[in-house]
Amino acid sequence: MAAGTHYLPGLTPTNEASVQKSDDAAGYYVLGDKLVDAKAPTGPIAERWTTRKFENRLVNPANRRKLDVIIVGTGLAGGAAAATLGEAGYNVKSFCYQDSPRRAHSIAAQGGINASKNYKGDGDSDYRLFYDTVKGGDYRSRESNVYRLAEVSTNIIDQCVAQGVPFAREYGGLLDNRSFGGVQVSRTFYARGQTGQQLLLGAYQAMERQVAAGTVEQFTRHEMLDVIIVDEKARGIVARNMVTGEIETHLADAVVLATGGYGNVFYLSTNAMGSNVMAAWRAHRKGAYMANPCYTQIHPTCIPVTGAHQSKLTLMSESLRNDGRIWVPKNAEDCTKDPRDIPEEDRDYFLERIYPAFGNLVPRDIASRSAKYMCDEGRGVGPEVDETQPDGSVKKFRRGVYLDLGAAIERLGKDKIEEKYDNLLDMYERITGENPYEVPMRIYPAVHYVMGGLWVDYELQTSITGLFCTGEANFSDHGANRLGASALMQGLADGYFVLPNTITDYLADGPFEKVDESHPAVVEALDGVKSRVEKLMNINGERSVESIHKELGQIMWEYCGMDRREEGLKTAIGLIRDLKKEFWTNVKVLGSADSLNQDLEKANRVADFIELGELMCIDALNRRESCGGHFRGESQTEEGEALRHDEEFAYVAAWEFGGEDGAPVLHKEDLIYTAIEMKQRSYK
Amino acid sequence: MKLTLKIWRQAGASDKGALKTYELDGVSQDMSFLEMLDLLNEQLLHNNEEPVAFDSDCREGICGMCSLMINGEAHGPEVTTTCQLHMRSFKDGDTITIEPWRASSFPIVKDLIVDRSAFDRIIQNGGYISAGTGSAPEANSVPAPRDKAMRAFNTATCIGCGACVAACPNGSASLFLGAKITHLGELPQGQPERYSRVQSMVGQHDAEGFGGCTNIGECASACPKEIPLDVISQLNKDLRKSMILG
Repeated sequence: MAAGTHYLPGLTPTNEASVQKSDDAAGYYVLGDKLVDAKAPTGPIAERWTTRKFENRLVNPANRRKLDVIIVGTGLAGGAAAATLGEAGYNVKSFCYQDSPRRAHSIAAQGGINASKNYKGDGDSDYRLFYDTVKGGDYRSRESNVYRLAEVSTNIIDQCVAQGVPFAREYGGLLDNRSFGGVQVSRTFYARGQTGQQLLLGAYQAMERQVAAGTVEQFTRHEMLDVIIVDEKARGIVARNMVTGEIETHLADAVVLATGGYGNVFYLSTNAMGSNVMAAWRAHRKGAYMANPCYTQIHPTCIPVTGAHQSKLTLMSESLRNDGRIWVPKNAEDCTKDPRDIPEEDRDYFLERIYPAFGNLVPRDIASRSAKYMCDEGRGVGPEVDETQPDGSVKKFRRGVYLDLGAAIERLGKDKIEEKYDNLLDMYERITGENPYEVPMRIYPAVHYVMGGLWVDYELQTSITGLFCTGEANFSDHGANRLGASALMQGLADGYFVLPNTITDYLADGPFEKVDESHPAVVEALDGVKSRVEKLMNINGERSVESIHKELGQIMWEYCGMDRREEGLKTAIGLIRDLKKEFWTNVKVLGSADSLNQDLEKANRVADFIELGELMCIDALNRRESCGGHFRGESQTEEGEALRHDEEFAYVAAWEFGGEDGAPVLHKEDLIYTAIEMKQRSYK
Repeated sequence: MKLTLKIWRQAGASDKGALKTYELDGVSQDMSFLEMLDLLNEQLLHNNEEPVAFDSDCREGICGMCSLMINGEAHGPEVTTTCQLHMRSFKDGDTITIEPWRASSFPIVKDLIVDRSAFDRIIQNGGYISAGTGSAPEANSVPAPRDKAMRAFNTATCIGCGACVAACPNGSASLFLGAKITHLGELPQGQPERYSRVQSMVGQHDAEGFGGCTNIGECASACPKEIPLDVISQLNKDLRKSMILG
């Protein structure tokens, strides 16, 4: 926290609603009514969640078993919610596309999970965690949601320890902490480099316990293809059994989407291969608003692409920047040389040169963009990769910069570096075949996490009654940028503590009128999905789903990636519209729809990624400011830092589906702060 | 590189499968093994032949979704997951045989995909600590000795991929079982259910048709997370003690 920041109780607004003057996306969207979170609490910020929990209605235990809840996704948010609601006595039906809930992509998170335990006595508090998170998100998140997140963070650690999650411990047997993501306190709990996996196993085991108890029914290798809405309420889903191909309907009293992020819209990302946007996008098409879709976090230290065959990217912990010096050759002709043969005077330590105060430790977005610019200039290193240009021509680029541990190894010794980074450097060697102790590592930025997602109110309910959304799939807690070690925190906070409290208030309206399979709305949803699948199977074109997905990824990365500009975004929207036509007339899916068919699964997902991609570009085009993970080239300081425009854009952009060929409708939710004052972020 | 691939093709659980041979050119050493299969699948699609179905998801070596017997070895020649195996481990002109996990408790779903839901059912039978949400005690109120916590961590790293079963001549899942028993049994929180847990999990293991352990050790050598063989000793010790305790 910046010196002199004082605690604000949350009773007086500190800013006024913004008024947008620019209109870059004119013609691409329709302006709708302002959106107000009708469930937003008021009063002192530290009391809002406690008050709400007390005000929420309860469901008596005997009635709970009469209520059914569908939860889609079994990661931290979905698995934890299934375990908790099952234990409370509701009937839960849990769906995941993997062969076991234990494989949800939350497993891949490395670094840790934040909690304001203040075990180190270094001045941490709920308020400080709240403050860091809102500031880190560049003041584009909702303060009530974020405060609640900070508040329940300590319960998460208690819960996980009780479940047997093997967190790192000190010699006395107490929990260890480390500092992470540039914050000034030590509040990150971790299980070596596998925190995500260990937390997920805790939630998975708790969920399996409920499966045995009969409160949770588990549907693996099932994928949600539509949401069923009856009398304006979400009452079920249409899912495809991925083994038999059967299209099934599942009905319930409420539906929860905990389906993760949509980073795979870029084709290459650090997300799992199967991570997709289908459930959220289907809900969006049925009336759920999609908020801030353009907010994408790009991580500067991933292993670079080696060729057109690349299917996904792997993250290297950012901590390497503490010891690594980042450089490219001064002369493009040196790019093919062994880096060890390039003398010191021919190396351009570009971050140290351009940002002398911060050097290699500049913020993520600056480090990422600088690396891109070097490679655009033709000074990238590593294998040459073909990139298709908008005019269809192919240009060759080397997409990598050196992260050189040489000086640190000389200073600290190889043993020290080995001890510090351990399996990280082994992983690098396994993937690249190069020994990072001898040859400088190569890194490049990659898509990592999305802060946008379905719009939810304070109760985590979407704009469709009875449809809830948790974890990365919703938009609410990270603003324009997510701090390290806070994704796991949000997933578990939503799953274990927030949703189980808020959904109860909704379920207290029950018993709900029974809906059966013959209801016209159910039949319509089922038929819609069936005809979509049939359509995909019958296009019989020439192009593989994979090739279209790759093309979409290139468009998104080039024009809606690290540096977005008006002209590029408009180009991208045109290209995506053409690609959508190409997909629906020329895609090829072999095999049958009534058996396991991985190409069909992909086709269904890519169709939605294309539509989402267009909306992301429109959202990015509208927001003529730079904030967090959204960098508009037209809005930067002289030093190249992101320049926010609070007077125009301190709002959540919630997009309503505008119909098959209609323009999306923009609803703005003003961000009014009462417990914090907006300040320009500064790295001086 | 140019390769000859012999791949198990089986349309569904009840169909008869067979090895089919494919020639694949243009394989780069930088490709992961699964990216090599992606390349093959693009080629097959182009020739109007249905792509080979195989499981993968995170492709970072942590989700445990990928499988594959490669030249008779679970996850292939390196100690890692199939997604982290790279083509530089092979040579130009090699013939590679690719099969699904071989174990009757993992029935084949299609081609190289097997059904590992037996692992979920083993976990359902005691592979957890019963802790209700919202009522957990303060985390630091129960210290866990560091060495025990370390051992718990080292065995909690099991990714549930099933390589241990596929590698075992008996099709035993004792390494998987031992890893979970050790993880939970080493922590103070896991003590109250320690002995009922081992009985219940072993019971389900046997009911699923996994074989018995005869200490061959193939499981530990095939384990991509290097779970040590002594978790099986721990399993047996806990099982014996549970029987004495009745």
